[in-house]
Amino acid sequence: MSVRLGLETLAARAVGTASRAAGRGGGTTLPGKLLWKVDPAAVDALAARLSSGVGLVSATNGKTTTTAMAARILGVQHRLAWNNAGANLLSGIASALVSSRGAELGLFEVDEAALPEAIARTRPRAVSLANLFRDQLDRYGELELLAERWREAVARLPSSATLVVNGDDPVVADLADGRTNALRFGIEDPRHARPALQHAADSKYCVRCGTPYEYAAAYVGHLGDYRCPACGHARPPLDVVAREIELDGLIGSRFRLDAPAGTLHVELRLPGLYNVYNAVAASALAFALGASPATVHAGLEDFSAAFGRFERIGTGTKTIIVLLIKNPAAANEALRTLETGVPPVLVVALNDAIADGQDVSWIWDVDFEPLLPHVGRVIASGSRAAELGLRLVYGGLPEDRLEVVPELERALDHGLELIEAGTDLVVLPTYTAMLALRGILTERRLVKPYWDGARR
Amino acid sequence: MTIRIGHLYPDYLNIYADRGNIAVLARRAGLRGHELVVDAVGIGDPLAPGEHDLLYVGGGQDREQAAIADDLAARREQIGEAVGRGAALLAVCGGYQLLGRGYRGRDGSFMPGVGLFPHETVAGQTRMIGDVLLECELEPGNVRPLAGFENHAGRTLLDPGAEPLGRVVYGFGNDGESGFEGCRVGRALGTYLHGPLLPRNPWLADWLLAQALAHATGEAPPELMPLPDELETRAFRVAADRARVRGGRR
Repeated sequence: MSVRLGLETLAARAVGTASRAAGRGGGTTLPGKLLWKVDPAAVDALAARLSSGVGLVSATNGKTTTTAMAARILGVQHRLAWNNAGANLLSGIASALVSSRGAELGLFEVDEAALPEAIARTRPRAVSLANLFRDQLDRYGELELLAERWREAVARLPSSATLVVNGDDPVVADLADGRTNALRFGIEDPRHARPALQHAADSKYCVRCGTPYEYAAAYVGHLGDYRCPACGHARPPLDVVAREIELDGLIGSRFRLDAPAGTLHVELRLPGLYNVYNAVAASALAFALGASPATVHAGLEDFSAAFGRFERIGTGTKTIIVLLIKNPAAANEALRTLETGVPPVLVVALNDAIADGQDVSWIWDVDFEPLLPHVGRVIASGSRAAELGLRLVYGGLPEDRLEVVPELERALDHGLELIEAGTDLVVLPTYTAMLALRGILTERRLVKPYWDGARR
Repeated sequence: MTIRIGHLYPDYLNIYADRGNIAVLARRAGLRGHELVVDAVGIGDPLAPGEHDLLYVGGGQDREQAAIADDLAARREQIGEAVGRGAALLAVCGGYQLLGRGYRGRDGSFMPGVGLFPHETVAGQTRMIGDVLLECELEPGNVRPLAGFENHAGRTLLDPGAEPLGRVVYGFGNDGESGFEGCRVGRALGTYLHGPLLPRNPWLADWLLAQALAHATGEAPPELMPLPDELETRAFRVAADRARVRGGRR
């Protein structure tokens, strides 16, 4: 360790401890911010010290869950440096590196826009790229711009590094086109295909020639088995694939995972097809980093949920189920898991801070419509509660079944009042609403603060 | 009364919740006893001037806009004639740019537009993103606020004397400098504001419906029965407040 790096690391650690002691939110970005400011190259040096290298995960949706699953799998055999509270900018990676003394393997989720720099600085052994959906356009500009930056970043990966891509996402799959050291993952079970592309489907046009793709099966948004009728650009053959998928509402799913190393029968305790995608992505990354089929299997079955993405929180006689909705594709999938058992009362909380997207127009790209005729009561909450309420009314919710309660804590308590003992209250928060909700539940001692290993 | 809307390229230009704007027009027409019929007009589909009481053109990502640009530009005369005969029109974001004379890229290229609005758009270095509050005076003496969200790299420069949709109170507007937002030609309005615009600005939805009805009947725009609009007012207040606090600074 160079003297300079040593001192900076020590200083950053001290700030992290102070931040946690002050209860300010786990110190997950503060010390990294400090180090990142003082000497960005320290990240390169700290990452280079990891004896088993670095794996990176990026995507619009699922990166926190995918990284957490990979950590569950790989953490059995390696000491990890892992940015487990979702601080996914370079400063968050710096934090994880600083606070993980003696780590052997780095596992980092990376913000889509930060991926090029993360690749350049951490020199990963494997990079998993799972999907590009239209996220918060006010933050990133447009999707194609991002894809172009990814393309340039991936082109600079050495041939020894494994590129893991979702073969079901045309834009992402194309990044591995022609690459020898690549793993392509996806889903193959047409029984779970959507009858048509959803409104929020983003990459509808052929990456080669611009013609609309034809889908033999569209699973989640534009992810699926696509083919361009004009030039023939199509989903590549898949290496790691989930087949024979059985979904069990909000409980979980079962599927067969076919990989070059073997076939696994997996029982996953997370709901929805999108979590099957996360599991397949995590497995492919873990295989790329040398995990055996047995550890992949154990890790997946052992996994319950990543921070705030899907949580079941008991409040005595009633249960709160939290499903994060951060953009149209994620929200559509959360709503889809509710279709088989529509809850009597639903709380939807829309905030418009930077991390939620200041532009709330995305709620119009969410397909609330199928659910609304069946739900008994919806409480619209968050800083843009009225805007959300309008969206729901236009989606077909009768006004007498809508309540607009901007204050989250009041909305939560009101929702709990309305449901009967022994039933579930489903809450769909945007990102900062999820943080606020966890804050409320932490104060009531129903969940642990996230820097205490809340992910179990 | 039946109001016919021609929705141009809904499969391509739909990025900023354009279906929300259409839903607002449909609902508010319905509550006044009118029926809204929406025709999707895709690439190569016929568009006869006079057939539609209102034309709607939304925004898309670069690839989508490039895909329809030629087809749209070829409709220059049909669209000009439709608006000239009194059809209403709402164009948002990319649609607003494409209905001007054209778009000048940073590489010097020029993509010709429809030429309905007297403006030209020039690609900028940075995006202008944020909440916006406008003051509009579509009828002399009747100043009304409009709250939305903008996200555009293009700087749209109105010709001297061209009528904007409104004056920027908070936010960037057309070019971040002139203090103008959007453009108006008769019953045609273009704007960068999405969000979508109409749910929380019901007066504008009603103005457009009244213009469309005027086209349908050949009479003056009718007074529409007022609606309670409680949620709409709450949503507007929050959005206007956002623009005050964090709208783009010129």
